[in-house]
Parts: sequence; C-alpha cells; structure tokens
Amino acid sequence: MRRFITTIITAALLGGPVAAQDLGGTLKKIKDTGTITLGHRESSIPFSYLDDKQQPIGYALDLCMKIVDAVKTELKIPNLKVTLQPVTSSNRIPLLQNGTIDLECGSTTNSVARQEQVSFGPTYFVINVSAAVKKSSSVNTIADLDGKTVSTTSGTTSVPLIKSYEKAKGVDVKEIYGKDHAESFLLLADDRAAAFIMDDILLAGQIANARNPADYRILPESLRQEPYSMMLRKGDAPFKALVDRAVGAVMKSGEIEKIYAKWFTAPIAPKGVNLNFPMTPVIRDAFKNPNDKGV
Amino acid sequence: MKLDIFLQQVPDGDGTWWQSLASGLQWTLLVALLAWIMAFALGSLVGVARTTDKRWLTRLGDTYVELFRNIPLLVQFFLWYFVVPGLIPSVKVWVTTLDPTQHQLVTAIVCLGFFTSARIAEQVRSGIQSLARGQRNAGYAVGLTQVQTYRFVLLPMAYRIIIPPLTSELMNLIKNTAVAYSIGLTELFFRTREMGEMTFRYFEAFAAATLIYIVISMAANRVMAFIERRVAVPGYIAGSH
Repeated sequence: MRRFITTIITAALLGGPVAAQDLGGTLKKIKDTGTITLGHRESSIPFSYLDDKQQPIGYALDLCMKIVDAVKTELKIPNLKVTLQPVTSSNRIPLLQNGTIDLECGSTTNSVARQEQVSFGPTYFVINVSAAVKKSSSVNTIADLDGKTVSTTSGTTSVPLIKSYEKAKGVDVKEIYGKDHAESFLLLADDRAAAFIMDDILLAGQIANARNPADYRILPESLRQEPYSMMLRKGDAPFKALVDRAVGAVMKSGEIEKIYAKWFTAPIAPKGVNLNFPMTPVIRDAFKNPNDKGV
Repeated sequence: MKLDIFLQQVPDGDGTWWQSLASGLQWTLLVALLAWIMAFALGSLVGVARTTDKRWLTRLGDTYVELFRNIPLLVQFFLWYFVVPGLIPSVKVWVTTLDPTQHQLVTAIVCLGFFTSARIAEQVRSGIQSLARGQRNAGYAVGLTQVQTYRFVLLPMAYRIIIPPLTSELMNLIKNTAVAYSIGLTELFFRTREMGEMTFRYFEAFAAATLIYIVISMAANRVMAFIERRVAVPGYIAGSH
C-alpha cells in the first residue's frame, strides 16, 4: 500500500509542472502543513521526558529544536508550528512510518535492524549496556552473576544481549522482567535480583532517584556499546541532509558541551537530581566525528 | 502480511517465533487452569457463606467480594508481586528462596484466583437466591441439616442455573491472564509484545495472538456448553431443549 501511494505521489510529481524547489518527503509535508511534529518520550530521563508541568523536555528535545530552527531557515517559515506527540518504545517506529510524527526525539538505539525500517541522525549519545548492583553484594564483574537472578526490562535490546553473553561465556543467569525500568529497578532494590542489566545512563537515572543512591553502583564492564540518535523516515535524503547538517553544526561548534552539561552534570527537573554522568571518551569522539553508524 | 516471520529464529533465543508464542500459550493455559480451580473452590465457599443465616458470615463474604471486585486487576498484580512480599518479612524470605519463574507463576495464579473467585461468589450467591424459598424449607422439613440442604438440594440446582455466567467468567479468566505480562510472566501476551518489539512486525504478532485467544476462549465456551447439556435436568429451565 505504501509503495502504491509512493508511486502515485511520484507520478503526480513527475507529471505536474516541475516545482521551483524539489522538496518532496518530510520537508514538503512540513511546508504544506506549516507544522512539524516531534515524537517525544514521557520518562526517558534526561533525553526526553515530561517535567512537573507535563511539558516535554530533555537533551534529545534540545537537539531536535536545533533541527526545527534549521527547517525554519531552510523553508523560510519563521512561525513554523511545532507539535509534540508522545510516543512509546512500541509505537515510535509505526508512528514515524505512517507520518504521525516527522522526527523522533527520544532514547532510541541506532541498530542495523532498525535501519531497515527508518533512518537515523548523527549519534548524540553512546551508552554501555552494563549492570547496576548493590554495593553490599559480592558481585564485581558480570561473570560473578553466574547462578544468580538478574532483572531487565522486557522489550529492550538488553534481553538478547544477556542471552548471547550467557552462551558465549558459559554462565547461567536467570532473567526476570519488569515492564518498565522503575519496576526492574524495584526488583534489584528488593533483593529479588542481584543485578539490573540496562543502558548505563538509564541505570544512573534510576539510581539518582532511588531512596539511597549511595547503596548502588554500576559495574565498569560493558556488554555492548549502543549509539542513541533521533529517528526520521527512511529514504528521505533532503531531510536527512538537513538533520545531519543542523546537528553536526552544534557538535562541531562546541555548543554541544553546554547542552550536554545542562542535562548530564547539573541538576535537572523535576526533582533537581544530578545524574553525574560526565562525557565518556566514546561520546566525545562521536561529537568530533558526527556519524550515523548503527550497531 | 508475510507469515515467514513465524519461522524465523528468535535472536539469541532457542527456536523460532512460532515456538516462542507456543511456549507463551502453555503458560497462559497453565495459569488459567490452576487459577480457575482455585477461583471455583473459593468462589463457591464465599458464595455459599453469603446466603447462610449467619449474619457475620454474610458480612465477611460481602467484604471479600467488594475488596477483590473493586480493585483493578493490573493494580492487584502489582500488589501481590511487589507490595505483599515487601510488607510481610516472612513472605519476602520465602519468595527469595523461590525460583523467580515459580514465584511469577504462583503470584499470577493467586492474583487471578482471588479476583475471579469474587466474581464467581457473586454468581453462586445469585444462583442460590434465585431458587424458590420452598426448596430450602423442604430440605429442613425432611430433616436435613443446613450443610446437607446445601449439598443435596440447593447447590445442585444453583450450579446448573449459573453455568452461562460461569462460562463468561472462564472466558474472561483466560483473557485476563494477559495482564500477567506486567509481572514478567512469559505468557502469550508477553511473547507477543516481545516479538513485536524485537522484529517490528507488530501486525503479524498481534494477529496471531488475537487468533489464539479467540480459539482458546471459544474452546472453553464449547466445553462449558457441553457440560451444560450433559448435566441438564429434563424439563427444568435453560437445560431443556
């Protein structure tokens, strides 16, 4: 059906008088409607979440607003309307594909599997999949978890990662699933699980909000590194070029340092918690050489 | 819609997506069966308690029904899985010795068992109260005790009357097992979501789950209809045909 529509649109474009500017795709949609719709998450702290006034804020949204500014200049629509649409990890890709949102500003891993469905902007964060444990426990490496129970959040990329680690290292861990990060962390806090395996930045967010943040630590080990990026529709070269240019400029100019510091090493809304997550060498490298390589 | 997805391997798992859904279905059926047994036994006891002449027993039964009927099922799952072990130290000690999967299974059965039993209790009560008063009095008149009157006079008829609403209850229970995904039990709905989130083939995954839920609910419906016909008393209400 999609191909059918695309064919019709292409035919209409080719058949009609050639437009002065060949926009097509997302940029044309934005120009025609005078609106850009950003998809945001509700609890992906500090990337994309709701503050105490239920307004979407976050690191990813700040970067997406740079893209919106570039769109305004490019299309010469200074009063471009920005609509914000909440999305979840389950519906973010379908909503992008069916045109409900034009750009997804959340905490989405840029993976090769997803690149078959969507395109990604430049990597704006690199996480390590690691484990949060209690300081009081005897677990110092992921291998120490042999024979223990670990929690993780269902539907995340951590699930197949643990399974392949088990197979490769011959360790045997028992996974239990929380339906969101808060529940998975609760399993660790209640000693039902010896570790919570997840993206390190999300673990840092859970720990910062825990009753006793000093009780927990994140293991220095990494199961895998994953780049985070904004998602846009696949096969839309002009919009992709604009996204790369806008975000790349922020990274090259060093403006990114300020934006990064605002969200990762300073107190953030709603509770004024500081994540204390200074830039890692890998992230610094991603800013120096903007790229959209997936894992 | 391409069906080949069901024959593809689950990344770093064992078997194909089709087998993953089938293993989820096994958990769904196991939870539904055991929760139904628990709900039927408990529901009958509470239902009977609410029709006896003991005032305190009636009150106790009423409270039980209102408690479990008025809390959303999703909240009840959270309470049984996270709050109960957190509040009662001896339960927490016991829970940590359990295999996590067993713990999820027990929680799901207990939670659905209590929830459904409250609804069955309400039906058993209404079934007994729908019988003519004379039946109870006739029982007492021929010298039966209260227990015997229930066993030989009231319950045999009451159960026959409430088979249709019990059928709906069984079908509801089967569908309610899907909420067990929230405590991480890897039942059918959990596997469906997992398949959607890992392959982005939501349409195929949920189409398959829809079909499976319809088939098992309909099968439960047919089994209950068969029972209804088998136990029908000729010439008496719905059973006659």
